[in-house]
Formats: sequence, C-alpha cells, structure tokens
Amino acid sequence: MRRITIDPITRLEGHGKIEIFLNDEGEVNNVYFQVPELRGFEKFCEGRPVEELPAIVAKICGVCPGCHHMASGKAVDAVFGVEPPPTAKKLRELFYMAHFIHSHIAHFYALAAPDFVVGPYAPPSKRNILGVIEKVGKDIGTEVIKQRRLAQEIQALLGGHQTFVVMNIPGGVRRGLSSQERDDIVTRANGFVEFAKFTLKIFEDVVLKNKEYVDLILNGPYSLKLHSMGLVDANNKVNFYDGKVRVVDTAGKELCKYSPPEYLDYVAEHVEPWSYLKFPFLKKIGWTGFIDGQNSGVYHATPLSRLNAADGMATPLAQLEYERMYSTLGGKPVHATLAMHWARLVELLYSAERCFELAMDPDITGKELRAQLGPIPGEGIGIVEAQRGTLTHHYWTDDKGIVRKVNIIVGTTNNNAAICMSIKKAAEGFIKKGVEVSDGILNLIEMAFRAYDPCFSCATHSLPGQMPIILEIRESNGELKQRLFRS
Amino acid sequence: MEFSPKIVAFLCKWCSYTGADLAGTSRMEYKSNVRAIRVMCSGRIEPTFVLRAFTNGVDGVLVCGCHPGDCHYQEGNYRCLRRFLLLQKYIQQMGIDSERLKLEWISASEGKQFAELVNSFTETITELGPCKIRETMKV
Amino acid sequence: MEGSKPKLKLAIYWAAACGGCCVSVLDVHEKLFDVVAAADLVFWPIALDIKYKDVEEMPDDNIDVTLFNGAVRNSENEHMAKLLRRKSRILVAYGSCSHLGGIPGLANFSNKEEIFRRVYSESESTVNPSDVRPLKEFEVDEGMLSLPDFFNDVRSLAQVVDVDYFIPGCPPQTERLLEVFTAIVSGAELPPKGSVIGAETKAQCDECIRKKTENKRIKKFYRPWEINDDGETCFMEQGVLCMGPATRAGCGYRCIKGNAPCRGCYGPPSGVTDPGTKMMSAIASIIDEKEPEEISRVLEDVVDPAGFFYRFSLPSSIIRRKLS
Repeated sequence: MRRITIDPITRLEGHGKIEIFLNDEGEVNNVYFQVPELRGFEKFCEGRPVEELPAIVAKICGVCPGCHHMASGKAVDAVFGVEPPPTAKKLRELFYMAHFIHSHIAHFYALAAPDFVVGPYAPPSKRNILGVIEKVGKDIGTEVIKQRRLAQEIQALLGGHQTFVVMNIPGGVRRGLSSQERDDIVTRANGFVEFAKFTLKIFEDVVLKNKEYVDLILNGPYSLKLHSMGLVDANNKVNFYDGKVRVVDTAGKELCKYSPPEYLDYVAEHVEPWSYLKFPFLKKIGWTGFIDGQNSGVYHATPLSRLNAADGMATPLAQLEYERMYSTLGGKPVHATLAMHWARLVELLYSAERCFELAMDPDITGKELRAQLGPIPGEGIGIVEAQRGTLTHHYWTDDKGIVRKVNIIVGTTNNNAAICMSIKKAAEGFIKKGVEVSDGILNLIEMAFRAYDPCFSCATHSLPGQMPIILEIRESNGELKQRLFRS
Repeated sequence: MEFSPKIVAFLCKWCSYTGADLAGTSRMEYKSNVRAIRVMCSGRIEPTFVLRAFTNGVDGVLVCGCHPGDCHYQEGNYRCLRRFLLLQKYIQQMGIDSERLKLEWISASEGKQFAELVNSFTETITELGPCKIRETMKV
Repeated sequence: MEGSKPKLKLAIYWAAACGGCCVSVLDVHEKLFDVVAAADLVFWPIALDIKYKDVEEMPDDNIDVTLFNGAVRNSENEHMAKLLRRKSRILVAYGSCSHLGGIPGLANFSNKEEIFRRVYSESESTVNPSDVRPLKEFEVDEGMLSLPDFFNDVRSLAQVVDVDYFIPGCPPQTERLLEVFTAIVSGAELPPKGSVIGAETKAQCDECIRKKTENKRIKKFYRPWEINDDGETCFMEQGVLCMGPATRAGCGYRCIKGNAPCRGCYGPPSGVTDPGTKMMSAIASIIDEKEPEEISRVLEDVVDPAGFFYRFSLPSSIIRRKLS
C-alpha cells in the first residue's frame, strides 16, 4: 500500500491536506480530504454583547468577511426583533454586490485561470497569473487589479474598515451615502458591467472554443450528481443578500424551500474523526455516507448550485448568460464541477448589474438608516449567500443582548462531503496503473477542490515591470465616459 | 502541609500605611501572611499591580486608602474605588473569585481595624484556598 | 533598479488565521508590480504551489523575510512557527493574531473540551449520537490518518519562537506595510530587534478626527445602539466605550470612519505591555460618581469587560487565560 500526501493544499483560502492510498497495482484505494483547522468561534462568542458579533465573526474569513458581517447583521436584527428600513437594506446589498464583484474577479483571474485558461497540464511555473497574462494579453493584469480595487473602495466607503467592515448595527447601518458618493458608485458600476462582459468573452474565447477544455468540463472525472442549494428571491431568481433557501434534486426538481428560522428542520451536520470540519447533509434524507446521486443526503452550495436551484437571474444581461450556459452544457441542472467557474462569471455579471440598479435607486441616499429598537426577544437567524455557499448564523442571547449560544454553518462547510468525493473521483480518474504520479497529476486532483472555493488568490509571480495602459470606461450604450492613461 | 496564603496589601502612605504601622508599634498581634507595599496614594494603585500580584502567586490582594473626603491628594481614593470595582468585575470574569480582592478604608489612627482586617481577610483566603491562576499562566 | 541587486526572498505564512492578512498584502493593488519586482515570493500557500516539504528542504536562513500571520492554536501552527524561524533571517509577527493572539485568542476564555463539546456535541444542527470527536490519530482500513493536536491554549508567535519585528493590526493597514517593505528593500537601517514597526507610537486619539473636549465625565455608559451617534463627537464623550485611548495609532482610524468605535486591534501604544489594564484605569477615571453603589450602577453597563479590554490581545495580556 503506497501513500501520497498533499500538504498543504494550495491556491485557495484555508488549510487542508489530502491523503491518497494506492494499492499494490498503483490504483487508488481510497482518498481522504482532511481539514486540520478549528478556532472555535461558536464557543468564544458566548458572553460577548451581540452587537459586537458582526465585527467579531467577520474574522472567520478575511476573504469574505462581508458575508459573515451580513449574515450576522441580519441575525442580530432578528435577535432585536426588527427589520432595517429600506435604505439600510439597500445600502447593505449595495455593499454586498461590491463584495461579490471584487472577490469573483480575483478568483477567476488568479485562481481559476491558471489551471483552466493556461491549462491543467501546464508546469507549476506557468500555473499562475503570469501564465494567464501570456495567454490573454498583458493589459489584463493591471485591469484586474484596478477593477478589484474599484470594488473594494466601495466597501471601504460604505463599511469604514476596507476588509473587516463595521457597517452593521442592530436595526440598520452606521453610515449613509451622499449623492456625490452615489454618482461615483454609478460610474464604477458601469465599469464593472463592462468588465464582467469582457471576462465572459475571455472565458468563451479561451475555454469554450477549446474542444479539449469543453471535453474536460463535460466528460472528465469532475462530475458529481448532487442536490443543489441556493438563496432565491420571491420570483425564484438568484439573490445573494435575502430570500429563502431553495434546494433542487439531481434532476432539478424542487426538494424544499425554507426560510431562515426553519433551517434546523432541513440541514444537519455529521462528524468524522479524521477532520475538524463537519459534513452538512439534508436532514429529511439523512446522512447516507460519501455517495452522490438522487438518494444521497449530500448537497452542494456553490455558484453552480445557486444557478441550478434558481429559475433564472434577476438582471437582463446575466439572464442571457444564464440561458447560454445551460444551453451550451446540455440543460439544467448541470453537474459538471468545472462549470462552477462559468457560473461564477454569470454571478459576476449579475452582481455588477445589481450594483448599478441599487446605486440608481432613489432610496439609496435616504437618511433613515436604523430601525427603532425595543425589548430584546433574544433569538435570531440570518442567512445570506457567501461567495462559496449558503451561510447561516444563529444567535441566542439573554434579555440584555449578551450572547448565550452561537451556531454557524459556513458556506464552504456545506460542500465538505462533496469536496471529499470530488477529490477522490479526480484521483481515481487521473491516477492509473503503471502511470507515474507526477506533480501535474497531483495538481489535477487539487483542481477538484479549487472549483468549489472561490477564495482569494492573487497575482504573485514576477511581472515584467510596468505596462502602458489605456483604459476606456464606456457607458452601457457604448458612449465613452472616461479615458485614463498610464505610460 | 497546611495552606498558608500569601497576601499583598497596597497601603497609602498618608493613612493606611500609617494605620498599619500603628498596629505594629502598639504591639498588636495579627496574622503574618501580609506583605505590605507602600504607595503615596491609593490612587497610584494600577490594575497592573493587582493582576501581577495574582499571576506571581499571590492568593489575595488588599487595597487600603484614606476614608472618602480625607485623601491627602483630594480625589485619589475615589479613583482607587472606581478602579477597584471595575477590577473586581474583570477578575471574576477571568475565573478569579472577586472575594480575593478587597478594598477597605483605613485611617492613620485605625491600627486595630487594620489588624482585624488582616485577620479576617487571611481567614477568607485560607477558606478559598490557593489561587490557581499562576499555573494557567504557563505558556 | 531592477536586476541591480538580488531580490528579497519573501515568505508569507498563515497559522490560525483567516486570510485577512494575506488580503492586506494584495491590497497594495497596482503597487504589486513594484513589490514583485523587488521580491521573490518563495512560500505563500494561498497563492503558490509550494508545499511544506519544499520549505523543509530549504537551507536555514534561506528566506530573507517571513511575514507570519495567525495565532498558534495547534501543533501544526507551532511546527511551522519553529520551522520558519529556522529558515528565515527576519521573522515578522504580522497582524494581531501573531502579534497578540488576535480574535482566535478569545478562545482562551474557554478550553479544548468546552470548544469541542459545543462544536461537535451540543451544536443545534449537529447530529452526532456516538459523540464522535476529531482525533489526533485515527486508524482507517488503509492506514493511520493524523490531525494536528488542538492545544488547550492559544499563543502569540513570540510566545513560541524568537520574533524580530511586530507589525500590528487586524489586518495591518496596507500603506503601513508598503512603508516597511520599501524600507527593507532600500536597505535602510532597521529599528532595534523586537520593535513594533509599521505603526505610530501614540494612541489612536492622537489621530482620530472626532471632536474632543476637556470634559469627559461619564454618568452612564451606552451600548452603541442605545444612542444616536452624532457622527462627530468622541465616542467616549457620548458614553460609548472605545478602545482608542489605549490603542496604538497607525490604521488611519478606519473603524471610526465607518462610525464604529475602536476595538483595539493595533494593540497597546509604545511603552505599554497590557492595553486592558490601562483602559480599565482610564475608564475608571472618568466615571463621575463617588458612592460605591452609584459607581457599581454605572459599571453595570460595562457588560463584557474582559472581552472589551482584550478583544485582540487576551493570550498576551497579564491574565492570559480564564481559570477553568
């Protein structure tokens, strides 16, 4: 029995290791994906004033702190038994769209692109943003960084601290928007829409027009038939900030749809002794072990599952892309793991359009930022979509608002079982009898993980100095709004 | 071996230290578990002093100053009182019994009261047992 | 400039961390090109495919500067702290967690058993009838699987290895990082070993833009949601607790800009070891009451003293963990 260890897994957020056991013939016997980290937020939040939690739980993740801040903010509102006024809700969602934009841009270009655009079999020295730039053009590097910065600056404007935002207070937000600030965001939002369209074009040119890649997406070992989970609005369209959680089965039929207070009836978590991370499953089906298929209790919560679980996108351009994706990949639902990268770009376009919509809404510069607070009922649940999955925060407090208990189901956690299975399937697909297990093959196995986690990665390798750039920002009707030079 | 507590007493020079001194010159007998530390004013006593006492192995801390209104520096003892009350809340939260920290006003003429304070506080701490916080400080 | 001197070998590693410090490095935005022109990143799990065994094979002192972020929570964190100490010329505790213990340090209010019990047994969504717990070693049919040992206690980096410099913040403000990086690359003389760099020496109040008067007299403390913050006046003067007076400046009072009071992530100002005790003193000084009952009444509204004074610094404070 031979054993291969990948430690640590790289090019994503968080710690993890993969143990691959081979039999004497060199075939895969079993594969274990272990998460070696635990910090204990669900314990040490006890005793803290509940209004401090949105800032504390943001430290669960420095890549998607806005997600925890939002889920937490909503849970805290519920603890106080209030709903924020419309302006506050819209400001939160506006922030949230900027949060999705900067994260999805970074993920695609620096995380997904090296494996996908450059090629899965590329040598490690090319498997980074430099290799991507070689392939798609030198201008992209700077543009990616700039668009990410423009989105992140919106976060800093609305949330104070640019990473660990402090915007939420029980019943609303701490800071409003002036009309000048709003105008600036509108300009940026137009730029985001253009950049999202442009990114989708890159994806089309470099990936979809390449038969090998399409084959890998549709026919490679990266495929699991799983139930799909995502937050949907009243029209069953994808929404990241608010709505009900909808789960569709492997055939695309609705299995359940629940509102946040009901989550304990639908989702439960399983424990294994070889991982610190728990394994959520659908309660009504039960824990069926690490199997996929219609009868499995395992589900996934990813950009792809969100698109599977919804009936469409709520903004026009994203809706067109949604339809194009499904018609290209053979209808709904799609189970090809690597299609998550495409789904992510559809979401990028939606976030950009929604950012524009919210910035144009007359309520966004309103002065009513907080709801009136009264006696504290003391229990609240908040659910949002994090970039990497459905995120649930549940708090219990005493009547002074001091936290007694906390329960959190994090975005990526939803996918723990699915990730284990994806990695194992990839290992079985790529490690063959008599074939040397090269670095490239090990990377292909890691790719199974990377598709799920839109975590942060970055442009790190050496770039050839400064590049002359002309950046044109155009209105959605094509009219030139601004032209910037760097020589 | 029976537990004999280590107690530190922060005493202000103008009132409480003089009162303690009086207990001594009057040849009063009282328990010997207290180590006195003289400060110019009870307002000089910082939370740091008290916490370092505990983490260095002390089982109880006494804080003494002039009676309200009699502070040589006007307001120092009020600052001490406020700090003491907040400190008690804090150490309780950290698992140290707040009874291990006591504040009492002792004037320069209250030698007898000082002796009685030391005896009763030593008894209280003996009953509470050793303060284990020092063991948990090991890194 | 390029090519005229060898590039700085830079490593960035995360222990019990959240990724925010890695994000702060990326927030150099367009200046990233200058950074990668001057430095070679030799180990950075979030971004590069370098594995632990590659680091172990490096010669000692191979890495010029390692930015170590995250607290020491388990045996893997401890192992990597010691490994990177050997392999690095300069080891920097980067960010609150490695500097002081950070948010993960709040786990020192608890212990391993309590945490495991909450997460794996009591959690309302967890179904675990046989009370399975993650184990350091577990035998499966194919062999032995291992997980890092979860310690009972969280430590800062300096409590485990010798640290050369500390860059505070949760995360450090990117402009400060760039200043430090530029200084190192330009070959400027570095401050004495053990210094806090990339930050000011005075307290937040020195930089904070909110209006302050001489009159700080508190008759009542308010929770942030109990008042209508006027957006201009010092939080403490409005009766809202703010760690500004006992926190080192350098972040650009970013939370204040978002209309939230400071919570102390930059750690104590120069010359202070324990920020919490200083803050306790400061708060006690401004309570405008003389009778013990009245003072106690005011203090009732300081609802979570330890969690407020030591939000980011519990493991490195004087009472560094709860007695349990």
